[in-house]
Amino acid sequence: MFVAEKNALSEEIESYVNKYGKNRSALLMILHEIQRKHRHISEFAQQEVARLLNIHPVEVYSVISFFAFLNSNPKGRNLVRICQTISCDMKGKNGLVKAIERELGIKIGETTKDNKFTIEYANCLGLCEVGPAMAINDQVFLQLTPEKAVELLGKVK
Amino acid sequence: MEVLKKKRTGPVIFSEYKRGNAIKKAVSMSREDILFELKDSKLKGRGGAGFPVSTKWMLTSAAKSEDKFLVCNADEGEPGTFKDRVLLMEYPELVFDGMVVGGYTLGAKKGIVYLRGEYEYMLKLLEDYLGEMRKDNLLGDNILGKQDYNFDIEIFLGSGAYVCGEETALIESLEGHRGEPRNRPPYPINTGFLGRPTSVNNVETLAAVTHIVVKGGSWFAKLGTDKSTGSKLFSVSGDCEKPGVYELPWGTKISELLKIVEAKDTKAVQVGGASGFCIPKSQFDKKLAYEHVSTGGSVMIFNESRDMLHVLKNFMEFFVDESCGQCTPCRIGNVKLLEGVEMIEKGEYTFAQINKLKDLGRTMQLASKCGLGQSSPNPFISILENFNDEIFNAANGGRNGK
Repeated sequence: MFVAEKNALSEEIESYVNKYGKNRSALLMILHEIQRKHRHISEFAQQEVARLLNIHPVEVYSVISFFAFLNSNPKGRNLVRICQTISCDMKGKNGLVKAIERELGIKIGETTKDNKFTIEYANCLGLCEVGPAMAINDQVFLQLTPEKAVELLGKVK
Repeated sequence: MEVLKKKRTGPVIFSEYKRGNAIKKAVSMSREDILFELKDSKLKGRGGAGFPVSTKWMLTSAAKSEDKFLVCNADEGEPGTFKDRVLLMEYPELVFDGMVVGGYTLGAKKGIVYLRGEYEYMLKLLEDYLGEMRKDNLLGDNILGKQDYNFDIEIFLGSGAYVCGEETALIESLEGHRGEPRNRPPYPINTGFLGRPTSVNNVETLAAVTHIVVKGGSWFAKLGTDKSTGSKLFSVSGDCEKPGVYELPWGTKISELLKIVEAKDTKAVQVGGASGFCIPKSQFDKKLAYEHVSTGGSVMIFNESRDMLHVLKNFMEFFVDESCGQCTPCRIGNVKLLEGVEMIEKGEYTFAQINKLKDLGRTMQLASKCGLGQSSPNPFISILENFNDEIFNAANGGRNGK
């Protein structure tokens, strides 16, 4: 990481701390903001958060490692999550997964070479009556067919 | 996601309501009067555990503290549950007015909505709605002109952890820690968020409170059964013509519900989500109520073509994924139960092993620290027992014969 990048990230994190406060209870919301923008929370970002909240960096890492939506390793620019829970499973989630894997040439849990997509399973997205469901970043899509799912990925930048 | 506004009807939750009415009524009442109305209504928590709301609120309002908190538990993670999504997207007035009434009753100045990370797309919508409420003085200082009645609501985003639906895990995560459940007691009503008295209530509970304040506790108690008053939102999914959210009085039979949603050739109904029980055809005349088949509202329907072992495997994979790993019975137990399902799948098991695993399940129900591990063996035990013919004996030996 270049110094300029580091400084920019530090400033960004400081702005989140100003927004949510210096209390430990602000931690998860701050991590959310970093995750949303950078798709991961780097070691440097973890240290900065820890410094500003006056806690040990390992405390920050321990929270990141607990939650499914936070990660310290980089992922693709767009995160595709396919609901694997039984209602969506019965409506044909396997078809979606196979079509997406074929189209992108990667398996669940992997990232495309151009770093555009990471595909993952998600546990119940709460869209059981309109499954199979899939989320691309924070948007959700319902009643998908394999064809529709692949078409949606084509529209993502 | 576009808001799919459906015209919904129901006796309580989906009945007529105008934004702000409950708050107007509440400020004209004393706190005790509201608690008495709730007591008359016999409203129980709608998240699934069914703790009486009036008791929880009485204890929290009686607790002496400078700061108190009301937390709305919108971490709806139970597979097959989506009623809170519908309430928050289509009826935010019910939930938020219920919170403001709660704040008044408890003497809390701050309400927190713990919204699950999967529902992040609602965040903007809900923030805007809260902004409108602030403009109309339904939130903020001296609400509707009532002196010293200050209350505001903040939305906190969860991050994809099922266990955070458990109230103490939820509070841990609010405080910026790993979402691992605490030992209870002490309960959050004494030692909750930041060590202050905190009432954690389900989204649907708060929506029911809103109606009870306006229409009275005895009006609410007329519906349902003696021990389970009022109505319940059921999230119906799986093999039926009309999946969706239905409001039905407590005491509705499973067979009646199946008729309403036009389910055909039904073999089994999983009530209460992955952590609930699997009910076979022979027991469809059972009633949905706290004293019969208790549920947080998830109803998943399986028709004759479904492989129940596959269903069970899906549930156990879910629990292995979502166990927080803090206590041993849950962390290791769920993995062992999943291994058992895989053994059956391959036909490499002995009945002695299966019986041992059922015993392990019963141990987990007793020894796990929180509701996750205490209830995760439910599908394992209920599916293997209720569908033992299909799994072990059909076609001369079930999977053994395959």
